[in-house]
Parts: sequence; C-alpha cells; structure tokens
Amino acid sequence: MELKTPLYDIHLQESGKIVPFGGYLLPVQYPTGVIKEHLAVRENCGLFDVSHMGVITLKGETALASLNYLLTNDFTNMDQGKVRYSLMCNVNGGCIDDLIVYKLAQDYYFLVVNASNRHKDYKHMKEHILEGTIIEDISDSVAILALQGPKAFSIISKLLPPEDIPTKNYSAIEEVYIDGMKCMISTTGYTGEEGYELYTASENAVKLWKLLRKEGSEFNLIPCGLGARDTLRLEASMPLYGHEITEEITPLEAGLGFAVKMNKEDFIGKKALLEKGEPKIKRVGLQMIDRGIMRENQDIYLNDKLIGYTTSGTHLPYLQKALAMALIDKYHSEPGTIVEVDIRGKKLKAEIIELPFYFRNK
Amino acid sequence: MFNYPKKLLYTETHEWVKKEGDIYVIGISDYAQDALGDIVFVNLPEVDDEVFVQEPFGDVESVKAVSDLYSPVTGVICDVNEELLDNPALLNEDSYKNWIIKVEEVSETEEFLDAESYREFCESQG
Repeated sequence: MELKTPLYDIHLQESGKIVPFGGYLLPVQYPTGVIKEHLAVRENCGLFDVSHMGVITLKGETALASLNYLLTNDFTNMDQGKVRYSLMCNVNGGCIDDLIVYKLAQDYYFLVVNASNRHKDYKHMKEHILEGTIIEDISDSVAILALQGPKAFSIISKLLPPEDIPTKNYSAIEEVYIDGMKCMISTTGYTGEEGYELYTASENAVKLWKLLRKEGSEFNLIPCGLGARDTLRLEASMPLYGHEITEEITPLEAGLGFAVKMNKEDFIGKKALLEKGEPKIKRVGLQMIDRGIMRENQDIYLNDKLIGYTTSGTHLPYLQKALAMALIDKYHSEPGTIVEVDIRGKKLKAEIIELPFYFRNK
Repeated sequence: MFNYPKKLLYTETHEWVKKEGDIYVIGISDYAQDALGDIVFVNLPEVDDEVFVQEPFGDVESVKAVSDLYSPVTGVICDVNEELLDNPALLNEDSYKNWIIKVEEVSETEEFLDAESYREFCESQG
C-alpha cells in the first residue's frame, strides 16, 4: 500500500506520470519529460515535491551527544541555523542511511532521511539514543518543496524579504512566513544547483505549490519529477542510497570521508572503519567511449579482470554524455584508465574520469 | 490519449507493422514512446541481418530505462532508419512517421492486433 504526499492531487492536475517510490506514489515526470525538466533546473528553475523524505527530530539535553554517537559527522562546533550532511553507520561500518541534520537550537536537531529508510532509521536511532534524548518521527506532518535552479533566488525574493532568505550554503531560517504560512527555508538541495528547500505543515502544501508556480511562471519555472531528480543528482555526482551507498559499503569506500570524523570520541561503526583501514575500493566516474549507455550494476573489466561495477548510470541531459558512477578496485582507479563495461552481454569501452561530472560556476 | 492509426497492425510488445508490397515496415507505437520517456539512444541492426519472429532485433534507451525491440516477423532486413542513430528523439516526436527497420523475404509473422484491439490492450495495461 503506497502513501500519497499532500501534493498527490496537484501531481494529477499537473498530469504527472505517477509511480511508486520509497513507499509513496510520486510523479516520475510531467508531460515536459525528464530532459526538459533537467535543463530547466540547470538554466532556470524547477519545483519538486520531496515530501516523501522522512523527518526525525532529536530533542533534549543529550541530543547532541546522541547525534555524535549515532552519526559519522561531528556536530559539536555547529552553529544554530546550519545544516550538515552525514552518514549513519552500522557496527560493521556500512551505511544505514545518509541524511542532513539541521541544528535548530542547542538541544533541538531536525534530521531529513531517505523515505525508504525512514522506519529502519527511526528504529535504529531509538535503540541507541542516550537517556535524555527524545526522538520523534514527524514525517507525516511535514511537506517539503524544493525550488532549484539559478532563478530560485529571484522567485523566492517575490515571496520573502531579504532578511528571511538564507544566503550561505547549507544554512536555514527556521521560521519565515510565506503568505501567512509558516515555513522553514534552507539553502539545500539534491541537484548540484543553487536553490531552496521549504518545509511547511502538510495542510499548507497545495497553497505553497500553487503560489510558487504562479510567482515562478515569469522565470520559466516548471514542475520536475523523480526522473529529473535522479539525473540531476547523478550529473552532480551525489550519492543515492541503495546505489553508491548501502549497508555493505562504507562511507570511505563511497568517497564520503569528508563527512566521517574519525577524530571524535566514539560513534557506531568507528571501530570497524578503523579495523578496515584504508579503503580498497573507490567511487569514480566513467564516460563511454563506445556507443552505448551504462546503467547500474554492470560489471567493469580491465584486461578481462573484474575490477568493479557501476552504481548509477544513464545519458545525462545537460552534459549530453553517457556517464556512470562506479565502485572499483582503488589500484585501477586512475583517471584516464580505459576499461570495459559489460552492457547487457557486450563489453564496451569507457574511460575513468574525475568526479564530479558537473560543478556549477558560482 | 494516444494515437493508434487504423491503417497499421500492432503487437503486444508495442511495435507497429505496415505492409508495403512484400516489405514489412516496423516501428514502435505512440504508447511505447510515451512509456519510455525521452529516448536518447537506439541500437539498430544492419541491412542483411536476419530477424526472427518475437526475438529482439535491437533496443531503445531512454533516460529512464532500456527496452528491447521485438521483431514481429521472420525475414531479412533490407533497410534501417539511420537517422535515428543521430537523432533518437525523432521516436518521441512521431513514432509512426519515423520507422525503425524494413524487412523482406518474410517467412513468418506473429498474430497482429488491429488498431482497436491494440488500443484495448494498451488501456488494460493501466
């Protein structure tokens, strides 16, 4: 039984093509199609319903200590109103999930987790939080809209005064009012583009969507579905849970060491990560040389020796290239190395290239 | 919602067929191109390749997925629409005008659906 986000009826009105994803019925694309939606975010602006994402809050005197024990990043010197990316590891050092953490007060943290991992995450966190931390899953009461693209600032400026628009990357303002609706706004997203995510009570979602659509029309804002969300994050080389990271892959293997603070006291998975030492595999980019398109879970060979597999791949609309991310033997991960990818029984040539594929010019 | 030209024959794997004399012209239906989404790559066979009824002769890739093309006939390919190699999006623009292969020396065909039966089949797919 799939759930509907508060914007389900809007997606039908916008003629979205609905598919089940992470336990929710969501639009994979609108009639414009994935390519146009992708390009809208790179060139103008796109609007996404990401209300399926899970929201879990940690409150109380020990909330910070609980976070530092549960997650790989260090939250000790974090300012209020900042946002930080982290992994949550199991005892073996594998990834239970990746998530972002908002610090809303000294004793109040707001965590955004993957929809499909929400219940697993909650259970794990509840089991391991310290005494004096109160955990709550508030996902069902929160709607999340992502406004992404170079025109996002112009659009949001029509709805909010400058002091209510966060400017620094990965920062948030907890309480702003858009046409009377209380929202939290942050400079976050999953597209590699500048933009905002807006959190509001579920009952405001439809009104907020319509308002953004109306104010965005002069900037060619269009609604974007899950298809474009995936191609945009892949082009920006961001990991997706279940692809680049899983319970069997460590954050270090996935190239996410920046969010793992081995110097902090203790956290779940630290011991295993120490024991494993330097990772033997590496996340890299691949670009097709032969004609063809790489998809996920295709084997990669160097001189007939299996050296890894692709984790995500497709034809990327802005760069107009067939690209993939892959996890391969670190020893053979040098950019410029020519490998063969088994694409449905045919071994086709591809070249290892640096990540990220796309990085916006600031 | 979708276009099902009456003069064409169809298969349950969403190819269309038009008979021009002894030659069978083959493409994919409007329903198929819509289900695939933005098409970015077409893998085509070559002239003189043999094709076999209900067996793959190539594939179409969209941003989302890859889908096999099934031959509705057994025969020998006499023409391939090479324009699709450079511009696969033509299949999204008009999947009936933009045929994929032409087959001659046809010795076997599958049981085709007429436009009305094919429409009913597609609508039953939800």
